[in-house]
Amino acid sequence: MKKITDFRLIEKKEWAKSTYLLLQSDEPLEDIKAGQFVQVKVDDAANTYLRRPISIHDVDYQNRTITLLVQRVGEGTNKISDTEINDTLNIIYPLGNGFTMPEDKDAKVVLVGGGIGIAPMYYLGKVLKEKGLEPVFVLGGRSKEDLIMLDKFSSVGEVYITTNDGSLGEQGFVTQHSVWKEKKFDMIYTCGPKPMMMAVANLARENDICCEVSLENLMACGLGACLCCVENTIEGHVCVCKEGPVMNINKLLW
Amino acid sequence: MVNETIQLNKGLTLKNPVMTASGTFGYGEEYSDFIDLSQIGGILVKGTTLNHREGNPYPRMAETPSGMLNAVGLQNKGIDHFVETIYPRIKDIDTNIIVNVSGSTIEDYCAVAEKVNALENIPAIELNVSCPNVKQGGMAFGVTTSGIEQVVSAVRKVYDKHLIVKLSPNVTSIADLALAAEASGADSVSLINTLLGMAIDAEKRRPKLSTITGGLSGACVKPIALRMVWQVAKAVKIPVIGLGGISSATDAIEFLLAGASAIEIGTANFIDPAITVKVAKGIVEYCERHGIKNVSDLTGALEV
Ligand SMILES: Cc1cc2nc3c(=O)[nH]c(=O)nc-3n(C[C@H](O)[C@H](O)[C@H](O)COP(=O)(O)OP(=O)(O)OC[C@H]3O[C@@H](n4cnc5c(N)ncnc54)[C@H](O)[C@@H]3O)c2cc1C
Ligand SMILES: Cc1cc2nc3c(=O)[nH]c(=O)nc-3n(C[C@H](O)[C@H](O)[C@H](O)COP(=O)(O)O)c2cc1C
Ligand code: FES
Repeated sequence: MKKITDFRLIEKKEWAKSTYLLLQSDEPLEDIKAGQFVQVKVDDAANTYLRRPISIHDVDYQNRTITLLVQRVGEGTNKISDTEINDTLNIIYPLGNGFTMPEDKDAKVVLVGGGIGIAPMYYLGKVLKEKGLEPVFVLGGRSKEDLIMLDKFSSVGEVYITTNDGSLGEQGFVTQHSVWKEKKFDMIYTCGPKPMMMAVANLARENDICCEVSLENLMACGLGACLCCVENTIEGHVCVCKEGPVMNINKLLW
Repeated sequence: MVNETIQLNKGLTLKNPVMTASGTFGYGEEYSDFIDLSQIGGILVKGTTLNHREGNPYPRMAETPSGMLNAVGLQNKGIDHFVETIYPRIKDIDTNIIVNVSGSTIEDYCAVAEKVNALENIPAIELNVSCPNVKQGGMAFGVTTSGIEQVVSAVRKVYDKHLIVKLSPNVTSIADLALAAEASGADSVSLINTLLGMAIDAEKRRPKLSTITGGLSGACVKPIALRMVWQVAKAVKIPVIGLGGISSATDAIEFLLAGASAIEIGTANFIDPAITVKVAKGIVEYCERHGIKNVSDLTGALEV
């Protein structure tokens, strides 16, 4: 069930552009699927009137916590990132559909994240691992500053890195990493900037691999009520907040 | 005990004056995790047209100071889909389910109204002659008195339950349009629909909406909406339903005082999906505090 809940910030880590926020609820968490997101209320200020959609980076039912990774791109993400320990954030969750789990326990899965799009990939990897799969991560950024929480990713699966400037891992885009030549995959999950996801979708099509992308269309309600967030698909305009954010590339027009 | 009931004419009775604005509340189902839908006065469902409409291309929204622009363009699956698939799902929700009827020709409006007339559990329609987001859209009718007269009188002939006419604020004198609706057989008027606006991304030198212009809603439109409700309520005898930027019980009470018999909440649902029941409760508390027995006594109670 969807819920409006106040979460208290209990731990925070900051990088130049990104912030890790560990948030705790007083109540038991609702069931959360990997790939789902939250709508965070910023404040009542004029330029942060609507909520901001943010992916769920990690979940801990026992401690009633969720984790967000937020990249500063404007007033809303700045204010969310500036939340102080013990302050609360009002959150609507869980929203959207989430990733599909492979039926075959031996499926070779690869999780491709770019920029802040790495956020939902961690929880997905964790869930896949709990199901007995061996997730492989290919994570990309413009430079090494974009690639945060790498230890956590490594604890769940193998991690391969690319940066545009070569400051970490192989230089280039995620789709150019040598791992694509060395390993064969049955399923690709991806989240990141649209040009990156388009390149990943092409790679999947060329190699006939099943692929799911997580879209980040602009949203107002996040509940499927306003029809602002639509993606044009083979089925026409569908709501990314409700029938997405995760979509199979076979449904997309790109 | 404060009596919250609002009696509009033609047998349309609201449990309380709080309804939801069309296009912002889906079919109600989207909000059922957050509130008990039977605790609100009515649900105005999505704008419904005769045929399926895909709506406008993405991007369809832009946040603006204390508000937002939208250019959804009446995306919906058409009235037959509503009747066959959606109506059976929502017809037993214990509140007034009201269909927002949209179109681009008089024949379309009438065809949709006729089909809704046959649905037992739909006590009213809201005629949307004011959508700024479709090309030969409703707004063409809604901005002239003769346009309003044509479409309202035609629909009146085929629809015999409560007929609400939703007015556009994108006009010189909204009271004249309200009078035209009243004279053509409307049972009530609702206002305001969105204000035509625009947003630009200066860095990219591009409009933020695929349609360049779109409809402005949210807290920023409230003073304009309130002024228009005041002007219309003074002009007509039929009930006025007020909306535009309502985000709290105080906002809602202001609209009632200005002359509205009931109110609708739109954009504020996006920020707080439970706002409707909070507003309904806040209105009762206000009445208790001021020793007012009937919420309906607030209508037009402004002292000037
Ligand atoms: C389902 C979903 C999940 C998301 N997950 C995360 C996440 O885990 N971490 C994170 O940091 N961000 C995430 N985002 C993006 C985040 O919602 C936006 O960055 C945020 O809303 C921007 O708000 P702002 O006020 O800071 O910036 P604004 O002032 O609103 O915008 C600043 C700039 O960012 C651009 N922008 C705004 N929203 C988006 C968007 N949705 N996609 C792409 N560009 C945008 C604007 O066009 C503008 O150029 C997600 C978005 C969606 C839809
Ligand atoms: C995303 C969105 C979609 C809308 N769709 C419709 C519609 O289909 N029919 C209609 O009459 N009004 C529509 N409206 C207008 C609202 O019903 C309402 O008149 C307007 O938003 C002002 O109220 P508010 O400020 O409380 O949102 C829409 C508004 C928004 C924000
Ligand atoms: S954001 Fe409102 S329908 Fe998706």
